[in-house]
Amino acid sequence: MVLKTSLYGKTYEFKDVKEVLAKANEPKSGDVFQGIAAETALERVAAKVVLSHLTVGDLTENPAIPYESDFCTRVILDGLNTYYYNKFKNWTLGDLREYLIDWETAGNDIRIIASGFSSEVIAGLAKLMSNMDLACTSKKLIVTTRANTEVGRPEILPFRSQPNHPTDDIDGIMISVLEGIAYGCGDAMIGVNPVEDNVDNTSRIAYALYDFMEKWECPTQSSVLSHITTQMKAVEEGAPLSLFFQSIAGSEPALKAFGVTTEMLDEANDQIHHMGIAYGPNLMYFETGQGSEMSIDADCGVDEMTLEARTYGFGRRYAPFCVNNVSGFIGPETIYDGREALRAHLEDQFMGKMSGLPMGSGCAYTNHMHCDQNDLEIIDMLMCFVGTNYVAGLPLGDDVMLSYQDNSYHDNATMRLLTGRKPVVEFHQWMMKLGLMREDASLTKAAGDASFFLRN
Amino acid sequence: MANQKEIENLVAKIVSEIVNKTEAEEKCECKCCCDEQIPDITAVRHQDDFHVPDAVNEPEYMRMKARTPARIGVWRAGTRLKTDTFLRFRADHAVAVDAVFTEVPEEFIKDMGMPSFRSQCHSKAEYLQRPDLGRLFDEETAAKIKSECKNKPTVQIIVSDGLSSTAVTANIETILPAIMQGLKVYGLEAGTPFFVRYARVGIMDQVTELLDADVTVNLIGERPGLATGESMSAYITYKGYVGMPEAGRTVISNIHKGGTPPVEAGAHIAELAKKMLDQKISGLGLQI
Repeated sequence: MVLKTSLYGKTYEFKDVKEVLAKANEPKSGDVFQGIAAETALERVAAKVVLSHLTVGDLTENPAIPYESDFCTRVILDGLNTYYYNKFKNWTLGDLREYLIDWETAGNDIRIIASGFSSEVIAGLAKLMSNMDLACTSKKLIVTTRANTEVGRPEILPFRSQPNHPTDDIDGIMISVLEGIAYGCGDAMIGVNPVEDNVDNTSRIAYALYDFMEKWECPTQSSVLSHITTQMKAVEEGAPLSLFFQSIAGSEPALKAFGVTTEMLDEANDQIHHMGIAYGPNLMYFETGQGSEMSIDADCGVDEMTLEARTYGFGRRYAPFCVNNVSGFIGPETIYDGREALRAHLEDQFMGKMSGLPMGSGCAYTNHMHCDQNDLEIIDMLMCFVGTNYVAGLPLGDDVMLSYQDNSYHDNATMRLLTGRKPVVEFHQWMMKLGLMREDASLTKAAGDASFFLRN
Repeated sequence: MANQKEIENLVAKIVSEIVNKTEAEEKCECKCCCDEQIPDITAVRHQDDFHVPDAVNEPEYMRMKARTPARIGVWRAGTRLKTDTFLRFRADHAVAVDAVFTEVPEEFIKDMGMPSFRSQCHSKAEYLQRPDLGRLFDEETAAKIKSECKNKPTVQIIVSDGLSSTAVTANIETILPAIMQGLKVYGLEAGTPFFVRYARVGIMDQVTELLDADVTVNLIGERPGLATGESMSAYITYKGYVGMPEAGRTVISNIHKGGTPPVEAGAHIAELAKKMLDQKISGLGLQI
């Protein structure tokens, strides 16, 4: 393993794989804040050169956080397919990159061999790719999953409705749900982030979503994004939920801070298969995002992008129905502007799909980032174009509970027209039957009126 | 080719035409260009803003819409936003952006009679990306604070721009005299209030240590939401120290004319200072 090279006569030497991974990153404010970023543009390239000569084996045997001290590392490495790991362990990342980005290499073949790649390998590959490299590899990777309905096929573009409310008022939540449906948003899932994390509140919201789905025979999934233990208790008491949600991260200290253990999620996954209202087999929903570990001082000195890859490596144990990043939701100390956010989204899409996850996109920015709705729309267009499994949608993109901006119901409806991708099959049929949508996924005159579902 | 004289004449003629035209416009008394103003789109409450034509059930739509601050019933231009909706959203984001990215003018601080210092950050961009540097002064500044401000005050007040300069310019002229008045009523001695540029909440702990203050108050601009740039928070500690737990701070948030009015907040802060001095504690342990 050689960690030394020269560029224009100047020698660069790195002390370990972890340092190479951090310094090979495209610029991100989070790496600078942690004090692990490349100090010059040339040092960044030197790290990339060194990385391109490391092998799959080097990166797998040198995880960013040691196997012995971190259960997240153990879940990732214990879950690897040893046949494909052994087959590829002597490949350099530079050679592997060329194989992946070649359009002749089929996406399905990549998905099969990637079962032998650890999160550090996957992160390392992304660090050697330009934005278009990431796009053309991601576009080939198709990950389909099913709960009540199937998502993930490239011709399908579903959306998560995010009808949040600052005090969990049911009427306030439901009018946002109906408005979303009236624009064709909610076929990936209707998912509410509650303010109050308790069993009663989780159940109350779960019943409200279920009542709508039942009354109107709406073919979709529901989720209430309280803590996993709260959802488990609510479902034990009979609350109707399709999916179990949990925020996850890429280090043991971060997962502990989120109140999550491997066994707890195993139990939750088992419970929702027996007590949930969706058929499956994929019934978990995870949210992630670059920078979450450093924001709670649980990064272990590892860069936010490698930690994000590790998050996906942890998540794949549970064969979730859907996963989306929300890179950009923390603020400028992790991702400074629209350019960094766009890069993060491309990385996350690639790393998620390489990890076998049904990767969607939660495009978001806070008001103290150097970013606006124009940046967000570019990210949204790009992600839908490269084949993200789904995107979020909110009334005008304004999350009145979490206080950041996201994509709007209007953006959702527009992206179907721009990409030609359609809603989930059953949902599309249902929208057409109601007279709200046409065969080509365009909206009819009746669409956009939430009170369509409030008729006397 | 035109000679010099001709060009000069031509220029003079154009200039005179522009001037005459401007004068003519100034003299105009028609309604179209003098009295009329396009209404302020931000004056409309979201709950009243409804654009769905021939809604199936408008009364129920409006009843439910009134229950949420979410922007509901906005209708559409094809699948895109209507122009007023689009511009209103931009205005609401612009207020937030201006609050974060503009500087508190030095003039304003001077007029308030406050000394002005800076954290270790050199620019707004650095401040946003390096929260650690916004919690510290460099050695030179620390020495200056120690020599220019009253040492061992009972109550030390600092004003920080934080994530909203608008919050400072909108509230300080009211809240600062209100706190001072309150402290006077309780017979508490105040130190020299000063302003800190590019400051985070935690910088107050270094101030406490430098000046040996009993109670320290940090009035700081909050991270703005859409359409709300003026909100300020007050963080208050009793015998704070660098590295203290966050739970040791008492916080009053949402200080602005639409939330807790600054006069009221000022009085409340003085009262809290008094209670902290009596109970010798701040944060979670304080009995309010």
